[in-house]
Amino acid sequence: MASAAPNIPEFSVSELAHSVRRTLEDRFGLVRVRGELSGFKVYGSGHAYFDLKDADAVLAGVMWKGNYQRLGFRGEDGLEVIATGKLSTYGKSSRYQLIVERMEVAGVGALLKQIEERRRRLEAEGLFDRAAKPPRPFLPAHIGVVTSPQGAVIRDILHRLHDRFPRRVTLWPVPVQGDGAAARIAAAIRGFNAMPQGQRPDLLIVARGGGSIEDLMAFNEEAVVRAAAASAIPLISAVGHETDTTLIDYASALRAPTPTAAAELAVPVRADLLETLADLGLRAQRAERRARLLRAERLGALAARLPRPAAIAGMARQRLDDAGERLPRALKGRVRLLRTRFEAVGGRLSVRLLTQEAARERARLESPRVTPNPALLRARLAAARAALASGFRLAESLSPQAVLARGFTMVRLPDGSLARNAAVAAGAAELRILFADGDVAARPLSGPDAGPAVKPRPATPRASGGTPGDSQGDLF
Amino acid sequence: MASATDISTLSFEAALQRLESIVKQLESGDAPLEAAIGLYEEAQALKAHCEARLSAAEARIAQLQLDAEGRPVGEAPFAS
Repeated sequence: MASAAPNIPEFSVSELAHSVRRTLEDRFGLVRVRGELSGFKVYGSGHAYFDLKDADAVLAGVMWKGNYQRLGFRGEDGLEVIATGKLSTYGKSSRYQLIVERMEVAGVGALLKQIEERRRRLEAEGLFDRAAKPPRPFLPAHIGVVTSPQGAVIRDILHRLHDRFPRRVTLWPVPVQGDGAAARIAAAIRGFNAMPQGQRPDLLIVARGGGSIEDLMAFNEEAVVRAAAASAIPLISAVGHETDTTLIDYASALRAPTPTAAAELAVPVRADLLETLADLGLRAQRAERRARLLRAERLGALAARLPRPAAIAGMARQRLDDAGERLPRALKGRVRLLRTRFEAVGGRLSVRLLTQEAARERARLESPRVTPNPALLRARLAAARAALASGFRLAESLSPQAVLARGFTMVRLPDGSLARNAAVAAGAAELRILFADGDVAARPLSGPDAGPAVKPRPATPRASGGTPGDSQGDLF
Repeated sequence: MASATDISTLSFEAALQRLESIVKQLESGDAPLEAAIGLYEEAQALKAHCEARLSAAEARIAQLQLDAEGRPVGEAPFAS
């Protein structure tokens, strides 16, 4: 029999489990494992549970809260990581697992790809529109800083602010990496914006010192990017070194390469401004003085050219004196001239001259040349009377009534018009023949060819010829 | 011309810009004398205002005290 092996020590389950654990922990006390995250989950306790796997095997992993919070990025299924930690067992279920202390993304490319995808998505939403950002104040009165209260960053910022232009600064302390950092940073940005007027800063700086891409991951988080993009207070981002760009840099009003540079962008140099001010003051003083001197000079020059009042009056007085002196002389001369002319004319004026003229006119009046001759007037009167009588005779002879009285007749057509020739008369149905004492109805017996029923005698009214003036009476 | 009360409400930058434009105007020599004197007075007021702003350069560094939820509950001087 002796099937039992008395030389083999006997363990209780617990003892064996403990022993295995010791062995594992001694042998694999510090290992680095590369694998893909799978089934990643953070429990309420804050611990993170996951599997690390490759094509052929799976290794359970856990990361305690403290370590996980220090992690610069979020665990995510499919992400390839290098985990550092120790192997241990979980005695209750006969399992072993890797207790991870540190974890880094295996391929930075994978992480960058993740960031780039997020960047594109947020950009499409318009979160990175620089033109829509609030303008930065030239000289902020109060600067809000979101960063860690420990470390060089806040000190660098305060130091540079002090050098350039000491300002009121309020620090909102936040963790700048690890789990929860992003949420705290975002809350700080929103918190500053929510402060009442008077307490609220007029410029924000969100800063973090340099680190690995994983360290800076909080500033790539969507919550932080959105809070920065929505900030009504102009925000300067200064995360990492000059070569690092995180997504908050796209959403901020201005990106500073370093925290120190952020302080430089935040405030002008006070000494420079004082110098500028002094220079402007001096220039204003000089310009104003020059303006006054220039005008005083111009005034002086004009005043010098202004004639003296006495001179103006003197000239007028001289003209007055001159005129005053010439006046009596001019009057006297004029009177003298007029008198001479008067005397010349007056000397020729005499009564004899007038009587002579009267006698001459009388002689003209009495001369026979102007005596009227009655015989001449009478002769002209007789001639006028004769002309008048002859005119009357002519008028009478021209009257149709006078012609009819001498035995002629007129033939009218039924419409009252005059039948002026045989053709017209012959064509009429009825005719009226007018005599001096009345008219007779008639009817033509024949056509116009029937012979000279009407004699064409009156067709030559001027048969006797001669001028109308001499022989009006013999017309018919 | 901006009056003294107007100037006191100006930001440093606005006051500085106004001062610069006044100095240029004065230096051009175009302004009538009365205006030049008025401008000079304004320039002096602006300069004094800017200097006052610059002299108010005191560093007051405070760190917010946060409660468990991360909300500010007060502030304390920041020991730098």
